[in-house]
Amino acid sequence: MIPHNESMILHTPFHSRCEAACEVNLWEDWKGYTTPQVFTEIDMEYFAVRNSTGVFDLSPMTKYRISGSDSGAFINKLITRDIRKLAVGRVSYVLWCDGEGKVMDDGTIFRLSENDYRLCCYTRALDWLMWTAEGFDVTICEETAEVAALAVQGPTSCAVLKAMGFSGIELLKPFGMAYFNFSGSQLMVSRTGFTGDLGYEVWMEPNLGEIFWDALFDAGKLYGIRAIGSSALDMLRIEAGFLQAGVDFVPADEAIRSGRSRSPFELGLGWLVSFDKPVFNGRKALLKERAQGSRYAFVYLDVEGNKPAEHAFVYHADIEVGTITSAAWCPTAKTNIAFAQVDARYGSKGQSLIAEIYYERELKWTRVMASCKVIDGPVFAPARRRQTPAPNF
Amino acid sequence: MTDLKSAYDVVVIGGGHNGLACAASLAKAGKKVIVLEALHSPGGACATTEFFEQFSVSSCAQWLYQLDESVISQMSLKQNGFELSARNIPTTILSETGNHLTIFGDRLAGAGISEKDKMAFKSFNKQMMKFCDVLSKAFKRRPPSLIERSFGDVLALLGLGMKIKMLGKSDMRDLMRLGLINIYDVMEENFDNDLLKAAISVDSVLGSHMGPRSPNTVFGYLYRHMGDIFGYGRPGVSLVRGGMGQLGQSMAKAVKALGVDIELNAVVDRISIDVDKVTGVILRDGRELKAGIVVSSSDPKTTFEKFVGPVNLETDTVRRVKNVRMKGDAAKLHIALDGLPKFRGLAESRTGDRLLIAPNMEYIERAFNPSKYGQFSKSPIMDISIPSIHDSGLAPDGKHVLSAIVQYAPYDLEGGWEAGKQPFQDLLIDCLSQYYPDIKQQTLSVELLTPLDIEQRHLMHGGHWHHGEISLDQVLMMRPFPGVSQYRTPIDGLYLSGAGTHPGGGVMGLAGLNTAKEILSQKKKLKRPNFYDST
Repeated sequence: MIPHNESMILHTPFHSRCEAACEVNLWEDWKGYTTPQVFTEIDMEYFAVRNSTGVFDLSPMTKYRISGSDSGAFINKLITRDIRKLAVGRVSYVLWCDGEGKVMDDGTIFRLSENDYRLCCYTRALDWLMWTAEGFDVTICEETAEVAALAVQGPTSCAVLKAMGFSGIELLKPFGMAYFNFSGSQLMVSRTGFTGDLGYEVWMEPNLGEIFWDALFDAGKLYGIRAIGSSALDMLRIEAGFLQAGVDFVPADEAIRSGRSRSPFELGLGWLVSFDKPVFNGRKALLKERAQGSRYAFVYLDVEGNKPAEHAFVYHADIEVGTITSAAWCPTAKTNIAFAQVDARYGSKGQSLIAEIYYERELKWTRVMASCKVIDGPVFAPARRRQTPAPNF
Repeated sequence: MTDLKSAYDVVVIGGGHNGLACAASLAKAGKKVIVLEALHSPGGACATTEFFEQFSVSSCAQWLYQLDESVISQMSLKQNGFELSARNIPTTILSETGNHLTIFGDRLAGAGISEKDKMAFKSFNKQMMKFCDVLSKAFKRRPPSLIERSFGDVLALLGLGMKIKMLGKSDMRDLMRLGLINIYDVMEENFDNDLLKAAISVDSVLGSHMGPRSPNTVFGYLYRHMGDIFGYGRPGVSLVRGGMGQLGQSMAKAVKALGVDIELNAVVDRISIDVDKVTGVILRDGRELKAGIVVSSSDPKTTFEKFVGPVNLETDTVRRVKNVRMKGDAAKLHIALDGLPKFRGLAESRTGDRLLIAPNMEYIERAFNPSKYGQFSKSPIMDISIPSIHDSGLAPDGKHVLSAIVQYAPYDLEGGWEAGKQPFQDLLIDCLSQYYPDIKQQTLSVELLTPLDIEQRHLMHGGHWHHGEISLDQVLMMRPFPGVSQYRTPIDGLYLSGAGTHPGGGVMGLAGLNTAKEILSQKKKLKRPNFYDST
């Protein structure tokens, strides 16, 4: 349960530490929790993740515990991927659709044991989960407030955690998870993240939060550890090519205007759809879309210049063919990247388009018509992200 | 037991009138069809039961008033033993003082009815018939769909719109206005006589969880009187010789003559599905029947929740099925009588009428109130038939059966029907005795069927005779719910027919005919499997 009966705006289990570290006092509301947008300076935080270690409090992420003898079958009806392929102790990136085949949310599923899973996602989806559970022997518990989580990301993240005594953590494979003893309790570490770098997410009971934070920052002192806010994370995930629910697509349940939600194919996430399994939500509509073609294509754009093409219109010749949903100058890749949704006819690799970028300098708005090109994939994918054993920087 | 080794194009679940009408149409088009009926006799809600030694009664539907004439001709029912024992039966609404009112079509007599009311009733009737005529066009085809309209659907919608437009300014305005409002207000606008207002109100709420003040009860009235446009024996209600079961029997005989196999006592356990395609039906005894097309004339909840199972349906459908409103609020009372009943102030010649107990609209509304809170009416309304007056075969010589639809009796009775049944039955007899003082002395046996009994006996979820409330949110393209409104379901090859689909309940047969039309219009060539699995 999320204790909104106690307070309008909630504090995460790491709040006292975040508050102390948040020098610029810039906060935002994340699904009812107050979380730092910036701690010190965006670029410093960004570079901490790319060069040493950044720590991000992801406790507000919605979490559901799904257990019972039909939990696997239930999840398979909920999501578009085939969960039967997920082994115990592994994590999977998934999404789920409504009956029209439009994406309701994406998230990660942790298979904790044979019939015990944790789903982490952006939206609060209990109603949909309960309706979907109809007929299955499954128990679904909201555990957002019961599980605290920190993302520890960056080249030195493995070394920091090792220094904390989590021996053997370097052997953890991407999308794997492992348990470690800490301060008389157990916590779970998964090799997952939203930065595209070597990194881990640490899941623990809320009462361990402050002790863990302190121990982590102690251990990380010599490894350049730094807390990061959501602004830096946004740059990191754009550079790594990760979509953000509510930004790059409107969760189908939250879309009010018709036609504003998107299918997995339209988000470039067709690889997450498996038709080779029992009935799942959206199956029929997605089969139809596969046969008839999609309306939109999700593309990565390499935009000329260094002005982030935020919210820009996208043109082909002088026809408007789409909009940009996320954009950032990516310092490591040294590329001006944008995510765009364009008319499916203009979504193939190498397609030249034009972004109409507006920006303001001292009360003067300027417009740039920047040429851009549809590129193959994310611009940042370092080898260390996948290497096992994890490199020791 | 039927030789199930033969291969079928279509398996029809449920041998009620819609299932049989559908099977007949399909057989005529050359399909090999089997009908699976869970009970020991065909007919579904068209059933005759001997509830006491030598006393038989139509145990579910009691009047015939909406059966489409084309069903009778297409199935040659008259050659197969179907016959009416009485038709154009007048309705007499009983008054506590004995000053009753009788309705003969659009004529009124008794109860000191004024000339003004007589005239007003004629014009009310005329207008209602115009509206029914417009709506009836939509009943004989599949409903238009909300999205992805085919050209035919667009034409049908345009046709309906044109018909409404052609009613003329004043009638069109009235239809738009009356369609959504409640019958109580309309009655107050039109008439003075309490019995007349109540009689029309009864027709507006019978079989539903509504009182005269509930919205869209005017639609309920139009719906009921659709039979006056296309119903066999119209206008008014008729009785089937031998009880409604005889209609079921004659339909069964007719479909057999067309080459359809009927297997009785064949209880379906589930519909077998390969991801999203129907592959056949599995019976409770373990036998599996393969077919590329399965028609379920069972109600939507039984079909989707029991036979298909929510795990095989996408969540949207699960949610819509669950939200279909179909909790019965009507009970059925059967009494074996030692002699001809004598109602206070009622001429003997009128005893065979359709008799209503509902002296005024407030009475009906007050009868409805407790059912909203899970209690039965303290002063219930009744729609009474004494069929043995017209059909001597139903009771021994000189003796009679009384059959009554009783409202309101909520499916979810507070405290349960096991405890509530006897008190309700006693209350009903007491209520009858106010109009029929000798009832207790003449009663030989009483049977009360609560909605729970009707659910168990006639296998309809919630004991709702219409397989779902008839209200504007659950008719036409919304019946039983958007997405399944054209008899097709999310599972390829599985069709939903029966009262739960358009045009709805009442012994009409149109849902069955429309389903067959829909199946036959599918261009895909039917594949006939050539083997049969026994597991």
